[in-house]
Amino acid sequence: MAQQGLLIDYEFCTGCHTCEMACKVEKGLEEGEFGIKLSQIGPWKLDDDKWEWDFVPLPTQRCDLCKDRLAVGKVPACVHHCQALCMEFGPVEELAKKATKPRVVIFTVEE
Amino acid sequence: MRECFNPDVYKKDWQYQEGDLTVTRTCQWSAPGCHQGCSILFYTDKDGKLVKVEGDPNSPVTDGRLCMRCLAMVEAVYHPDRIVHPMKRDRSDRGKDKWVQITMDEAYDLCIEMVKDTTEKYGAKSICTGAGTGRNATWQSNVLGHGAFGTPNDNAGLLAGNCCYTPRMQGMNAIFGNTFIADCGQLNEARFDHPEYRRPDLFMIWGNNPLRANADGFFGHWIIDCMKRGSKLMTVDPQVTWLSAHSELYLQVRPGTDAALALAIGHVMVEEELYNKEFVDLWCYGFDEYKERVADWTPERAAEICWVPAEKIVAAARLIGTAGVTTLQWGVAFDQNKWANGTAHAVALLQAMTGNIDNPGGFVCINFGYVQSDIRENVAKGLGPEVRKDRLGDDGNWGALNAIGKGGHAIPEAILHAAETGDPYPVKMLFLCSTTAFTNMAGQAKRVYDCYKDMDHVVICDLFMTPTAMAIGDLFIPMAMSCERNCVRGWYTPLRSIVKVTQTGEAVGDEQMMLELGKKMNPDLFYWDDVPEMLEFCTNNMATVPIHVTMDELREKVIIYPDFEYRKHETGKIRFDGQPGFNTLSGRVEFFCNMYNNVGMDPLPYFLEPPESPVSTPELFKEYPLVLTTGRRCWQYFHSEHRQLKSMREFHKWPMFAINPEDAAAAGVKEGMWCVIENSHGKAIEVAHVTDTMMKGVVSAEHGWWFPERDPEEPSLYGVFESNINCCTVQGDFGPSGYGSSYKTQLCKVYPAPEGYGETFEQQFADHYKA
Repeated sequence: MAQQGLLIDYEFCTGCHTCEMACKVEKGLEEGEFGIKLSQIGPWKLDDDKWEWDFVPLPTQRCDLCKDRLAVGKVPACVHHCQALCMEFGPVEELAKKATKPRVVIFTVEE
Repeated sequence: MRECFNPDVYKKDWQYQEGDLTVTRTCQWSAPGCHQGCSILFYTDKDGKLVKVEGDPNSPVTDGRLCMRCLAMVEAVYHPDRIVHPMKRDRSDRGKDKWVQITMDEAYDLCIEMVKDTTEKYGAKSICTGAGTGRNATWQSNVLGHGAFGTPNDNAGLLAGNCCYTPRMQGMNAIFGNTFIADCGQLNEARFDHPEYRRPDLFMIWGNNPLRANADGFFGHWIIDCMKRGSKLMTVDPQVTWLSAHSELYLQVRPGTDAALALAIGHVMVEEELYNKEFVDLWCYGFDEYKERVADWTPERAAEICWVPAEKIVAAARLIGTAGVTTLQWGVAFDQNKWANGTAHAVALLQAMTGNIDNPGGFVCINFGYVQSDIRENVAKGLGPEVRKDRLGDDGNWGALNAIGKGGHAIPEAILHAAETGDPYPVKMLFLCSTTAFTNMAGQAKRVYDCYKDMDHVVICDLFMTPTAMAIGDLFIPMAMSCERNCVRGWYTPLRSIVKVTQTGEAVGDEQMMLELGKKMNPDLFYWDDVPEMLEFCTNNMATVPIHVTMDELREKVIIYPDFEYRKHETGKIRFDGQPGFNTLSGRVEFFCNMYNNVGMDPLPYFLEPPESPVSTPELFKEYPLVLTTGRRCWQYFHSEHRQLKSMREFHKWPMFAINPEDAAAAGVKEGMWCVIENSHGKAIEVAHVTDTMMKGVVSAEHGWWFPERDPEEPSLYGVFESNINCCTVQGDFGPSGYGSSYKTQLCKVYPAPEGYGETFEQQFADHYKA
């Protein structure tokens, strides 16, 4: 089966924690346990007018792309609920075709 | 529906089966909070228990999205701290955890006894109802107050100067004759595919962080939807937000000086002719007077006041004036300073100068869905003038616009004054629905606490034991979560169903409680047999909901969009007389505001220094060298809610304030340190976040903090006065209109908390949440 993954358009990730929480609820994770975890770039002042401040959610080893959800025709809980609609999932070859702009990352995930 | 969703799995039926579970499509509108009414799927098992939630992919409102608080729904509904049976407590035991469970009938009877006792001793108007902001609890208590108790005295949580959206709403009515909102394509079911729609070229995001706040029916991430389609941002905020980091232009402004900034931007737009002359000529009034007003508001003058470089002010004017379709997304920073009217006027006129008024992607006129005020007015019609007469605040002492006495509610300052002094009559009973007053929004929290604890009777209608309930409650009526009640969601567009899918204990929906108590006290007025029948009456008789629908139809359709039209000023759709123009005294957008002029207010936008500031009180500033802005928003909490939820506390454990590294160094403050924020009004202890995103000279502190894990009883009251930033705010400093208060324009100093402070907190937290 083709390698599956998550595409994150982190130009638009606002750091709202929805992916983390959706995952914790879906997987019944305890305090300190994450299937996906936000990382942060910045906030850094680049010059007088510009700031760099981005978030990138990183799938952890607990992530199986919600295989139980996939089995019943659903998408991973994080992709479903992402408030910025900046997450997609699918075969990485398909995702790669969509990576046509800056600040996009694709994570491969073991199902 | 987004491409990723499978229509065979996510059906359009309002209810369907998924395996062993029943799925109900509806809307989540509190409890738990917030202002939003996101489209949700409730999954219930064969016993009718809520098992999980998902966002509803078939909803154009939110496209399947939910925020972290909604995702914690099951945790909230079945939280062990939740109160699901009515309780009473002897008045002499206030502040002690000596509650006794009673039946719902006993609870209603006790409430009626309290009302009778108060009425006999002082008159019914000595009863005051309260409602939590923005939740689906804002009309039921005041309808009950008017219709069953016989009192016109209603308010929220003694929010000074009614300073949350009301000043902007009032300002828009004065200037534009109606309410306007940013058009993110949310007004039509087809959203971005609607043939008339186009996204804004530029958002002016001013004085709010809409991604976190989601205030006033506006889902913040709609802005992201527009950004993906090419919208650019200009942000104005004392702290760099994610949105300002992603802006074309970011203006870091001293709190309370937004009006000066806007007047200077207006100055440049006039000087460089960067405004829509056709729109100004055809549709605006008093532009010459405005030009005179801004003539000496040079960018250099404003720069000194606002701490914003003059060249950025010029850049802002050029950006706004040349962007194309601009829109305005503004926030409580406008309301939470004394000069709220002048500030709102100044910024709204920048939007008007661009001509982007009621056009696709612009600042659009909306008069749909004020369910709360419509129902209140419908009930009031059946009451005659006696109940409304002598409402607290109608005596002319509380600002020029409040003197007219036509506002929807009693005036918070007038209630506090009456309660403290008995003038013009005493306040002796409180009926509080989902409002915690001195825990959350009341300015000068300890003063309000002192006043409230002297009440003869206090009824609390809430979800959890709160510090307010523990301190002053005599009767506790347990309220339903959104999934436990039938109701209807308006507040702009669209109309949405709220469907009961489960029952927990004896918890009642606010409208059910209102109807049941109302029937006992005034059966002629509360004549409906049940809640759906009452709601059907409501939805079919409302001035601002032009949709006739049965509750069965609404439940099945889930979401109903009313027709929306643009450019209503051209077609005569917004004036009272059906003529083209705006619903103002001049029929135009009023740069010179006749309403303000007629009541003796400044008719033009103006800037004045906050009552306490580096400029207006230099001596005080020497002692308190930082500007304090309060009410910073976070992802995890809606005001004082959600503190019980272990999941939210994991992400955000302690109250936080932001401080610039230079200010922190000067104060000996380090990241993560418990610190005292102190001013001449009081102090609060919060944890420092040291960040250069925060403007130098300004600190920004969270509100609404209490600690379910700490001692519930007096004097602790869940630690409610430890980290309560409203110990540092004031009451009664409203502006000339009666609106506005200085929640965001105080002064303060910051210093490390005493050695050892906070050492036991982690352990208390761990002990409480280990289960």
